[in-house]
Amino acid sequence: MTSLLLLIASLIVFAIAAYLFKIGNLLDTLSQKPTEGKDPKTNHQQAVLFLILTVVGFVLFFSYAYQAAEKYILPQAAVHLSSISSLFWITMTLILVVFVLTHVVLFFFAYKYRYRPGRKAYFHHDNHKLEILWTLVPAVVLSVLIFKGLSYWQEITAPAPENAEVVELSAYQFAWASRYPGKDGKLGRADFKLIDSENRTGVDFRRDENAQDDFMPRVMHLPKGKPVKIRIRALDVIHSFYAPHFGAQTYAIPGMPTVFWFTPSKTTNEMREELKDPDFNYEIACNKICGRGHFSMRYILVVDEPEEYEEWYTQQSPWIQKHPEYLSPKSREEPLSQKSNNL
Amino acid sequence: MSNTQHTHSENFLNRYVFSTDHKTIAKQFLITGVLWAIIGLGMSALFRLQLGYPELDLSCLKPLFGSYITEGGKLDSEYYLALITMHGTIMVFFVLTAGLSGTFSNLLIPLQLGARDMASGFLNMLSYWAFFLSSVVMLASLFVELGPASAGWTIYPPLSALPQAIGGSGLGMTLWLFSMALFIASVLLGGINYITTIMNLRTKGMSFMRMPLTIWSFLLAAILGLITFPVLLSAALLLIFDRSFGTSFYLSDIYIAGEALHHTGGSPLLFQHLFWFLGHPEVYIVMLPALGIASEVISVHSRKPIFGHKAMIGSLMLISFLSIVVWAHHMFVSGMNPFLGSVFMLLTLLIAIPSSVKTFNYLATLWRGNIRFSLPMLFAIGLVSFFISGGLTGLLLGNAVLDIVLHDTYFVVAHFHIVMGAASSFGLLTGIYHWYPKLFGRMLNERLGYIHFWISFIGIYAVFIPLHFVGLAGFPRRYYAFTNFDLFDSFTDLNALVTIAALVTFLGQVVFLFNFFHSMFYGRKAPPNPWEANTLEWTTPSAKPLSHGNWPGDIPEVHRWPYDYSHPLHKEDFVPQHIPLSPKEKEKSE
Ligand code: HEM
Ligand SMILES: [Cu+2]
Ligand SMILES: [Cu+2]
Repeated sequence: MTSLLLLIASLIVFAIAAYLFKIGNLLDTLSQKPTEGKDPKTNHQQAVLFLILTVVGFVLFFSYAYQAAEKYILPQAAVHLSSISSLFWITMTLILVVFVLTHVVLFFFAYKYRYRPGRKAYFHHDNHKLEILWTLVPAVVLSVLIFKGLSYWQEITAPAPENAEVVELSAYQFAWASRYPGKDGKLGRADFKLIDSENRTGVDFRRDENAQDDFMPRVMHLPKGKPVKIRIRALDVIHSFYAPHFGAQTYAIPGMPTVFWFTPSKTTNEMREELKDPDFNYEIACNKICGRGHFSMRYILVVDEPEEYEEWYTQQSPWIQKHPEYLSPKSREEPLSQKSNNL
Repeated sequence: MSNTQHTHSENFLNRYVFSTDHKTIAKQFLITGVLWAIIGLGMSALFRLQLGYPELDLSCLKPLFGSYITEGGKLDSEYYLALITMHGTIMVFFVLTAGLSGTFSNLLIPLQLGARDMASGFLNMLSYWAFFLSSVVMLASLFVELGPASAGWTIYPPLSALPQAIGGSGLGMTLWLFSMALFIASVLLGGINYITTIMNLRTKGMSFMRMPLTIWSFLLAAILGLITFPVLLSAALLLIFDRSFGTSFYLSDIYIAGEALHHTGGSPLLFQHLFWFLGHPEVYIVMLPALGIASEVISVHSRKPIFGHKAMIGSLMLISFLSIVVWAHHMFVSGMNPFLGSVFMLLTLLIAIPSSVKTFNYLATLWRGNIRFSLPMLFAIGLVSFFISGGLTGLLLGNAVLDIVLHDTYFVVAHFHIVMGAASSFGLLTGIYHWYPKLFGRMLNERLGYIHFWISFIGIYAVFIPLHFVGLAGFPRRYYAFTNFDLFDSFTDLNALVTIAALVTFLGQVVFLFNFFHSMFYGRKAPPNPWEANTLEWTTPSAKPLSHGNWPGDIPEVHRWPYDYSHPLHKEDFVPQHIPLSPKEKEKSE
C-alpha cells in the first residue's frame, strides 16, 4: 500500500514536472516579453497548479494518515494517556478542519482572482465586523483547549498518591540503573561523591540503614494498576526519561532529582497478546541529547500483574549482599573525608 | 541632510568592502547568508542520508570529511550530533537572522522611509564586520580536531560545559561561544541603528501609520533582538565561567569519566531559562521580517490594499510582546514547577489569536484581488501556506499536556521546520525575488524561478509532512540511528522517502543559486518600478540606486499610505506614496 502511494506520488510529481517544463518552453518563447506576473496564460497555469496540488496533497495526506494509522498511533499502557489522547484528538480535529478550510480558501482565491488585464481589484481594506469575528472565534475555541489542558495538566502533575510504589531511575552516559527500596519501603540516601564503577549510583550503604536492603535489578518491573512514582536522577549530563507507551517524559538533571508518576494499565503479557508479538517489550529511551551514545540508551521495563510483581520483588536480593565490602569503611577510600553537603 | 550626491573619492576598498552604504551592506549580508545557507543545507543533506539510508557506504566522502567518516564508511555518531548542532546554529542565526533581517532591514529601512542612509553608517559597517568575524570563527570551528560544538543548537550544559562528555565541548564549543558573542554584537549594533533610523529619519509626511508593514516588522524584530540577545550573552558568559574558571552556575553533582567533579549548587535549568528567553523570541526575530515582507508583497501583487492594516500592526505588536513571555514552553517536561507550566501554556496558546488574525487578513487581501503570479507572489503564497500548516501544530505542542508525549520527538522537528524554517526561508526568497531588481538592477530569470518555486514548495512539504507521522509514533529527535529500539524500527520507507525529497529540494536550490549569481551579470535590465509598487524605494530614478544618498535630487515627500492599490478615484491600479492627493480625494477626505 505504501509503495503504491509512493508510486502515485512520484507519478504526480513527474506529471507536474512535465507540465512545468511545458511552461518553461512557453516562457522561453515569451522571454523577450517580460511577464512580471502579467501574462494571463502563465498566471492561469500557476493558479491551476496550486489547485491540482491542493487536491492531490489532501488526497495523499489523508489516505496515508488513514492507512498508516496503526503505525503512528501507539498502543497505550498508562491510565492518564486516555485524557492526553482525548485532548490530542480534539485538538487534531480542529487543526485538520482549519488546515483544510484555510488552504482551500487560499488556493481557491488565488485561482479565482488571478490577474486578468483590464480588470481592477476591489478597493476594500477594512471590515470591523469581520475582524472582530475572526478574533473572537479563535479566542473562544482556544479557551476551551486551554481550560481542558490546564485541568489535565494539574491532574497529571499533581503530587503522587501516598501509596505509590517508589522506584529510582538513574541515567548516565549511556545507560540506565534502577533502584528499589527493598523490604523497608525506603530508598537509602545517595551522593554523587560516592559513585564508583561498582556503586554506579552512589548509594551510601555504610551510613544509611535504609540503603542496606535496596536492590538494583537489571530490568525494571512495575505492577499493573498501582500508581508508581519514578524518582529520576542524572549522574553526569542531562538525560530524559522517555517511555512512549506510558505517556511519560521528564528530564533527568544532575543535581536536581525530578519525578514522574503514572499508573500502568496493561501488563507486558497483555500487550504481547494484543499486538500478537511474543517478543514485545516496553522500552525506556533517553530523549535529551547526551553524547555519542544518546541513541542507544535502551532500558527494558516489564509490567506484571500485582501478584507476579510481589513475587518478583521478594525474590530480589539486596545489592549489598554481593558487595559486602561497601559496608566497611576501610575497604575503600574513606568517603567521610570528602566534604559532601548532601549527606 | 544635503540633497546633493556625496562626492568624496571612492576606491574599491571603501566602496565594496568597508562600505558604509546601506545598500552595499545589505548585499554583504545577503551574500554571506546565501553562502551559509549552502553549508547549512549541505549538512542537512548529509545527515538525512544517514537517517534515510543508515547502511549506505559513505567512504567516498572521506577525503572531504576525514575522521567524520569512520573506517567502515559510516558517519560517526558524535559527528552526527556535531552536524545537526551546526546545521541548527547556521540556519537560525547566520542564514535567517543575519541573512534575512540583516539584508532587508538594511536595504529597505532607508529606501522605504526616504532616508539617505542609516542613522550611523559606521555602526552599520561594524555590524556587518562583526558578523563576518563571527562567521569566520564559526567556520574555523568546523575544522578543529575533536569537532565543532555538538551539544545541539541549544547547547544545554552540562553537556556543553564538559569536554569529557562529548568531544565537541572542547575547543569547538569555545569557538562557538566566541563566535556567538561576536554575532550578538553584530545584532545589537544593527538593531540600535534600525530603531534610531526608523524613529528619526522618516521623510516628510511619513507618519508611523504610513510606514510600510515591512518597516513595522523590522522595527519590532529589532526591538525584540535588543531586549533578548543580551540575555543570551549573559547566559554564554556564565557558561564560559563554568567551562574555564571552575565556577558552578550551571553545574552540580556530576560524576563523569571516573571522577566526581567539585561543582555543587549550580542549576542546569537556569541556563535553559536564560537560553529560551532569547531562543523563543529568536524564532519571531526570524519570523516577523518574513511576515512583513509577505504583507508587502501580497498587497503589491494582488493589486489590493492589505486588509486590516491596523489589525496587522496590532497583531505584530501583540505577537512580539507575547513572544517574550512564553519561553518556558520549551521546558514543560524539564522538571520545573508544574505551576510555571500552566502559566506558560496559557500565554503560549494566546499567540494563536494574533496569528490567526494575520492569516485571515492575508486571505481577505487576496479576495477580489487581481493576483499576479509573479515569482515573489508565489513564494509569498507558499509562505502563508507554511505559516498556517506549521502554526497549527503549535496548538498541540503549546499544550503542556500534549507536550509530555510530543516533546523532543520528530513532531517538533516537523513543526519548527515548517513554521520557522520553511516560512522564514520563503520570506527570504520572497524578498530576494521582489527586491532583486533594487539590489542588482536586473531581473531574475522567470523560468528558472518557477522551477525553483515548485521544487521547493512541494519538496519542503514532502520532507516535513511525513516527519509528523514519524513524530507521532514517538521517534526522538537528535538520534543518530533508530536501530537500537524495537519501538523505532518502523517507518524505514518513510525515512527513505524524506531523504530523497530532501535531496531533490537541495538540488532545486542549485537552480536558484545559478539564477541568483548568473542574473547579477546577465539578467534582463530591470525597469525602475518593475512591480508597479507604491513604496518609496521604487522612486529612485533607476532600479538600482548607484550612489550614496539614494535620490539624486530632493527626497520625495509622502502624501498617502503605501497601500493605494486599485484606488477607485485613480485610473492606474497603483498610486505611489509620493503622489499628492488628487482634488477628488481631498474632497472625499474632508
Ligand atoms: C531541506 C532543508 C532542511 C532539512 C532536510 C532539514 C533537516 C533537519 C534534520 C533532519 C534535523 C535533525 C533533527 C534532529 O535529529 O533533531 C534538523 C535540525 C534542525 N534544523 Fe533543519 N533542515 C532543513 C532546513 C532548515 C532550516 C531552513 C532551518 C531554519 C530554521 C533549520 C533549522 C534546524 C534546527 C534549529 C534544527 C535543530 C538542531 C538541533 O537539534 O540542535 N533547518 N534539520
Ligand atoms: Cu541521551
Ligand atoms: Cu518557543
